[in-house]
Amino acid sequence: MLAENTQILSGEGVTKIFGFGGQRTLAVDHVDFSFQKGEIISIVGESGSGKTTLAKLILGLINLTEGEIYFQGNKRDISSNKKRQEYWKNTQAIFQDPFSSFNTFHKVDAVLLDCIRMRGGGKLPREKKVELMSEACSFVSLKFEELTNKYPFELSGGQMQRLMIARIFLLKPKILLADEPTSMVDACSRATILDYLMDLRREIGMTLIFITHDIGLAYYVSDTIYIMERGRFVESGPPDQVILHPREPYTRRLISDVPKIYEEWDLSTV
Amino acid sequence: MAEVVLEVNELTTKYITRYDESVYAVDHVSLKVEEGKSLGIAGESGCGKSTLALSLMGYYFPPLHYTSGEIIINGRNITGMDPDDVRKSILGTEIAYIPQAAMNALNPTRKVINFIEDVLQAHDFFLTKKDIYDRARQLFERLGLPEEVLQKYPVELSGGMKQRTVIALSVILYPSVLIADEPSSALDVTSQKMVIKMLKNLMEYNLIHSLIFITHELPLLYNVTDEIMVMYAGQIVERAKAKEAVFDPLHPYAKGLMGSIIVPESGLRDVKLTAIPGVPPNLKNPPSGCRFAERCKYVMPECMTTNLPLRELENNRAYRCILPEKDLREYYKKEAAQYAR
Repeated sequence: MLAENTQILSGEGVTKIFGFGGQRTLAVDHVDFSFQKGEIISIVGESGSGKTTLAKLILGLINLTEGEIYFQGNKRDISSNKKRQEYWKNTQAIFQDPFSSFNTFHKVDAVLLDCIRMRGGGKLPREKKVELMSEACSFVSLKFEELTNKYPFELSGGQMQRLMIARIFLLKPKILLADEPTSMVDACSRATILDYLMDLRREIGMTLIFITHDIGLAYYVSDTIYIMERGRFVESGPPDQVILHPREPYTRRLISDVPKIYEEWDLSTV
Repeated sequence: MAEVVLEVNELTTKYITRYDESVYAVDHVSLKVEEGKSLGIAGESGCGKSTLALSLMGYYFPPLHYTSGEIIINGRNITGMDPDDVRKSILGTEIAYIPQAAMNALNPTRKVINFIEDVLQAHDFFLTKKDIYDRARQLFERLGLPEEVLQKYPVELSGGMKQRTVIALSVILYPSVLIADEPSSALDVTSQKMVIKMLKNLMEYNLIHSLIFITHELPLLYNVTDEIMVMYAGQIVERAKAKEAVFDPLHPYAKGLMGSIIVPESGLRDVKLTAIPGVPPNLKNPPSGCRFAERCKYVMPECMTTNLPLRELENNRAYRCILPEKDLREYYKKEAAQYAR
C-alpha cells in the first residue's frame, strides 16, 4: 500500500447550502473528512446525495457556506486567482463526460501545452515539449503523432478519456479527484482506465478520490469508502467492512440494489 | 420444445458512408429466441450490438441497408416486406424496440397520455380517447406505475420513472418480442433495479413473449437473461446459457469481458481485472482472419488467415475460435493462477 500517515486533505464541518428561504437546499451537511497521502478514497452515493457538490467544494469550484478545508495541514486559501491556480496545480480532476471536458476550439496540443506551462515548463524548447507530450500520450497508449494538430471532437470517447489521464500525467498533482470516471465507458474499457489510474498513482504517488455510484468499483479499488446520503456521510471505513458487513440500513439497501453474480439478486425489495 | 418466436438466419446489414464505403456492422448473425425466454447481447461499444437491434426490426433507413439473410417473427418472414407494411403491421405489434436513451427523446411539450394516443390511434383510428385512457390506465396499474403519470409532462418525471414510462409505452400494443437497448445505463442503481424488475414482470404477466436485452453490464445480463450472446466486430463469438457464459466462457474475448466484471462481493478484491488491450478493428476493411486476432493473447499465425465459422457444441452452445475447447480451458486455468493478486 502506498498510503502514508500524513494528512493531505481534510475538512471540518464542510457545508454547502443552495438557495434561500423556502428554496433552501442543504446539499452538503457538516461533513468531516480526513484523507491521507497516497490513499484511495471512494465517495459513494445515489444521485442527489450531494457527492458531486462535495467534489466541487474540494476542487474549489464553488464556495463553502460553512466549515473549513485544510490542505497539507494548512487552511486552504483560494481567495485570489493566483492562489487558486496554485491550489489547482496540486488538485486536479477527471470528469464523467469526456466529450464536454475539452474546449472544442483548442487543439489537443494546446491542451497538453497548457499542462506543461502550468508545471513551469513554458520556456522549454519546442522539442522538449513534444518529447514530454509524447511521453504522456504513450503512457495511456495513444500516439502523439496521430493526435497532434487534431481537435478533441475528432477523437473517440475512449481516446478523449485517455487524453484526460495523459493531462494528469503531465500535471502530476498531489490529489486527483475522479468524478464518475468510468460511467460513460463500457465494462471492458473500465478495466483499462482503472489500470491507467492505478499506474499513474504508483508513478507520482498521488491521492485518488473516486466519486462514484458504482459500488463494485468502489469496493474494488479503494482503501477507504465513504457512503453518502443526503449530504452526510452515513458510514465509512475499509471496503471489506463497509461493503461486506454494512451497519447502516441505507448502505445495506444500496448494496442490495447492485446486481450480483455469486449471490442471489433479490428483486422483491423495490 | 418451446415455440420459436423470433428466428434470424445469417442476417447481414451494412452502413453505407458518404464516401460509398460499406461497413458491415452485422455480419451473418443467426439467432433464435423461444417463447418465454430472454436473450442477452453483450459486447463493448462499437461491436454492433445496437445495429443488430436496429436490424432485427426489419425497418431500414439510410445509412443502414439490408444485405442478406432473413428475419422470421412468429412464422412470418419480414425481410423484403414493404417498409410501410413493416411499420404498420410489425413494429409495435410483433416486435418493439426501445432505443438507447429513449427517455430523453420524449417530446417535452406533450403529456404521457398523448404519446399513448399517438401509438394507439396510428393502429386503430376509431379508438375514442376514453378507451385509450382506460387501456393505458390498466396497463400502468399492472406494471405498478401510478396513474397520475399519464397526465404529466416528461420533465415532471424522474429518470427512472421516465424510463419505465418508455417501456410501458413500447408494450402498449402487446408485442411478441421486446428489444431493450441499454434500458438502464444512465440510471442509478435503485432505478436500475426497478427497470429490471419491470422487464421481468412484463415476461411474467405475458405482456411480451420474449425479450432481447442489450447491455455491456454483464452482472445485469446474468440476472435477467436465460442465454447470452457475445458480439465482437459484428459477429457472434460466443453463445451460451447465462451461467456458462459468465462462469465458463470459451472465446478469449468473452473471457476477457467476463474478467472485467466488478461486483461488490467477497473475493473480488483478490483477483486482478483483465483488461483487453487495443480497440476493435475498423469494420471498413475488417481483417481477413479472426477479427479478434490482433488483441488475442493466444494468437497463432493461422488466426490471421482463417476466418472460422461458429463452432457448435452440444447444449446450444457455440464459439468462434481456432483453438479446441480443451486447450482454451487449459490456458484459462493457467492464467487464473497468475491473476490472483
